[in-house]
Amino acid sequence: MTAAPNAPLFHRLVDRSGPTIPFTIDGVPAVAQPGDLLMTAILLNRPALRPFEFADAHRAGFCFMAACQDCWVNLADGRRVRACTTPVENGMAVVIDGGARV
Amino acid sequence: MSEKLAVDACVVGGGIAGCAAAVALRKAGMTVAVLDRGACGAGASGVNFGGVRQQGRNLHELPLARRSRRIWDTLAATLEQDLEFDVSGHIKLARSEADMAELEQYARDAREYGLELQMLGANRVRSEIPWLGDKVVGASLSPEDGQANPRVVGPAFARLARRLGAEVREHRRVTAARRTERGFAVEAGDLTVESAWLVNSAGVFGGTLASWFGEHAPVEPLMPNMLVTEPLPYFVSRSIGVCGGDVYLRQTGRGNVIFGGGRGWGDAEIARSRPLTDQSLGGMQRTLDLVPALTSAQVIRSWTGIDGQTPDRIPVIGHSSTTPQLVHAFGFSGHGFQLGPVMGEIIAELVTQGRTPTPIEPFAIERFAAEGFAAQTAELTHTEH
Amino acid sequence: MSDPVVAIVGAGPAGVRAAEALAQAGLRPIVFDEAQRAGGQIYRQPPPGAERPGEDLYGFEAGKAKSVHAVLSDLGERVVYRPRTLVWNVYEQRLDTLTDGGYGEQAFDRLVLATGAMDRVIPFPGWTLPGVFTLGGAQIALKAQGVSIGRRVAFVGAGPLLPLIAHQYAKAGAEVVAVLDVTPFSARARQAAGLLAQPATFAKGLYYTARNALRGGTRASGVRKLRVEGDGRVEALVWTGADGREHRVACDAVGASFGLRSESQLADLAGCRFAFDPVTRQWAPERTTAGRSSRPEVYLAGDGAGIGGADVAELQGRRAALAVLEDIGRAVDASEVARLDAALARQARFRDALEAAYPYPDHLVASIADDEILCRCEGVTAGALRDAVREKGATEVNRVKAFTRIGMGRCQGRVCGHAAAELVALERGCPVSEAGRLRGQPPVKPIPVAGGAA
Repeated sequence: MTAAPNAPLFHRLVDRSGPTIPFTIDGVPAVAQPGDLLMTAILLNRPALRPFEFADAHRAGFCFMAACQDCWVNLADGRRVRACTTPVENGMAVVIDGGARV
Repeated sequence: MSEKLAVDACVVGGGIAGCAAAVALRKAGMTVAVLDRGACGAGASGVNFGGVRQQGRNLHELPLARRSRRIWDTLAATLEQDLEFDVSGHIKLARSEADMAELEQYARDAREYGLELQMLGANRVRSEIPWLGDKVVGASLSPEDGQANPRVVGPAFARLARRLGAEVREHRRVTAARRTERGFAVEAGDLTVESAWLVNSAGVFGGTLASWFGEHAPVEPLMPNMLVTEPLPYFVSRSIGVCGGDVYLRQTGRGNVIFGGGRGWGDAEIARSRPLTDQSLGGMQRTLDLVPALTSAQVIRSWTGIDGQTPDRIPVIGHSSTTPQLVHAFGFSGHGFQLGPVMGEIIAELVTQGRTPTPIEPFAIERFAAEGFAAQTAELTHTEH
Repeated sequence: MSDPVVAIVGAGPAGVRAAEALAQAGLRPIVFDEAQRAGGQIYRQPPPGAERPGEDLYGFEAGKAKSVHAVLSDLGERVVYRPRTLVWNVYEQRLDTLTDGGYGEQAFDRLVLATGAMDRVIPFPGWTLPGVFTLGGAQIALKAQGVSIGRRVAFVGAGPLLPLIAHQYAKAGAEVVAVLDVTPFSARARQAAGLLAQPATFAKGLYYTARNALRGGTRASGVRKLRVEGDGRVEALVWTGADGREHRVACDAVGASFGLRSESQLADLAGCRFAFDPVTRQWAPERTTAGRSSRPEVYLAGDGAGIGGADVAELQGRRAALAVLEDIGRAVDASEVARLDAALARQARFRDALEAAYPYPDHLVASIADDEILCRCEGVTAGALRDAVREKGATEVNRVKAFTRIGMGRCQGRVCGHAAAELVALERGCPVSEAGRLRGQPPVKPIPVAGGAA
């Protein structure tokens, strides 16, 4: 059995209690937990982090250790951040397929 | 084991000009050897900005640039290589009324050479390039200028030269060249090339090679400091420069924005060069001032390379003043990329016919022989590459 | 005369032990680390808020992890600790840094590079699909974030990390549907004698292997011809078994990598001479047992200059610091130097056996098809590389890079560089040592056009 096309990629194994951190992905509200890196926060809700520039495809990161640079994502305020080293912040607005930037 | 080659023409320096000369000389029926200290097209020909630009050049260069520009139209087909040549136009921005006056004067002068530039007022610039900062008061547009990928042009010329039968020898550093009874003997390690003609397209070493034949041509190393961003959504529709030349940028078809940032470090002797941080950061800030849209972009790489620069910032092109059958084409001072293709034809004309229909008198090596040349050095008005 | 400035890059096991030894000698080293918290990748700490008991995170190594994590905080003011700081260039005894988006610089007299390693990657069909991660990435997802990379996870690799990660995932409650080793089991068995020189580590490997065998899912060795299938995301992993038959398992995530590779870009920019190691088929900056590089002011410790693992890295970090002290004329304990050198020699023998137990899976490289993406940053195929070699006369990877953009993207060839060199060598029919290595260029990682002062 395989996952539905839009099902999240990650699966939380260790639940943490405590407050939640609201953020959005393409305008859709989502919640993360304190200690979640942006990569985790996104992939617990979505199957990918960003469109790939040179083909009709998406990317979801690869090395999770700041080496491969595959996980740079766009934020609605114009910032570009590397999702595997950036803590998710309250109110962050992630743009995956929400249109071109600049 | 030592090796000897005997050819009609020996080309020292396998940049675009040298390899293009090999192609043209082969087409004229001559036997040719090309020697390069590294890989062909990997020096200044391969690491420059990639501007295919006529606008802003020293007026003396315009006849060459005009002729070369025509070659660019069919160059990809000739070389059987996608050169990523994009006729994006080149726009030169004025940030003051004085700049604007300079652009207007240049446009009038360039028209004499057949180069038509369009003057754009502030409103027109803003409507055409809305993402520019507010420092621009006007611009001049050269619609037929553009950009290409420099890394692939020189090697493609070298391959064509090989296909046409030239002996292209890479990683052969020329250590000596002298006049012999029948012509020249060129030493490159254990390889000796004997030739009737010698072409000096040796870039930063062009002055040294000339000195072996008793000629003076001051050539200093020039290391343009370059940076490139990650791929961005396409928005820089023109290749862009400014009066004063301290900012220049273009965006490749793949989305990377390439921009200049001052000068790097280099040691021509050991063929090593490095971008310099202060220069890179300065270039980033100046480019950002002009293009605020780059605020969120990331730089993924920087580089430099070693070109040869003359005191008057124009190349040495023409017959030797001391030695028959020696032809010079070096010292392109950071803006030889666009001229490279035509240099092949001009060198071949000088070799096979003794003259070229393109006016090259201003580039004669004799200009450096005059006493006190330094005092006559032209004001540097444009450092864009 | 003031004390020389000693900078350390990296706060993993090597970097913190170097800092400790230097601080003990009364110097005040400056430790730069890109991460928010010390530990490096092997002992990576969860961000604040995601902490968990050390035993859950690091298993057998919890004690070591705790000890490494404590070093910098225990040293307090005796070190200058600069977390969240990327060192993006080294030039003429100056580091260029980026901290929280702001640029800075640091002049140094001596530099200890403890830059660590990442997974070594070999492309296979489907490897760029969302849901395929390196083994190290899969481990960090679990360790630092408490998440699994998918609901049904398959792991592929070559090296002792494979059974360890599978074990960790299974223990955390993930469904591990396949654990596939591309190395034939016979290669590992042949090296058992050498591996027993380090009984503790080998026993751990056996333990994990045995534990894994008790659980469900497919276990196989000597697998070939990997392929991930899926439309936009991982749907299945397909491989050819030692029996020559094709096997398939449905899954939604894959962890795959094939050994480790050194993060050596800064050593390259610092001007260190590199040597080719035929066993690991990698270029690494040359270093002596004491950690001295070919540059008098630069020292190398840990996996950033050849893979040795975390225990070795701690020894190397301390030893490199002692070398710094020796070279600046400080007294060092000769018996400690001798003890460290002996321990490092023992570890080197073990490492040789371990490398031989997991030989490079060149069959995977040979089977990379022309239409396969080799450079994942730029989306350049193996076919483009072969064309550059065959038709355009490129003989080494930097020329291939110039012609094709392979290695020119955001990661600067970290991910594709090794496979690119292997493919160039195959295409030319030459040893991989003659296929060159991608030269480092500043910045070693992306830096913002707009960066305020630090």
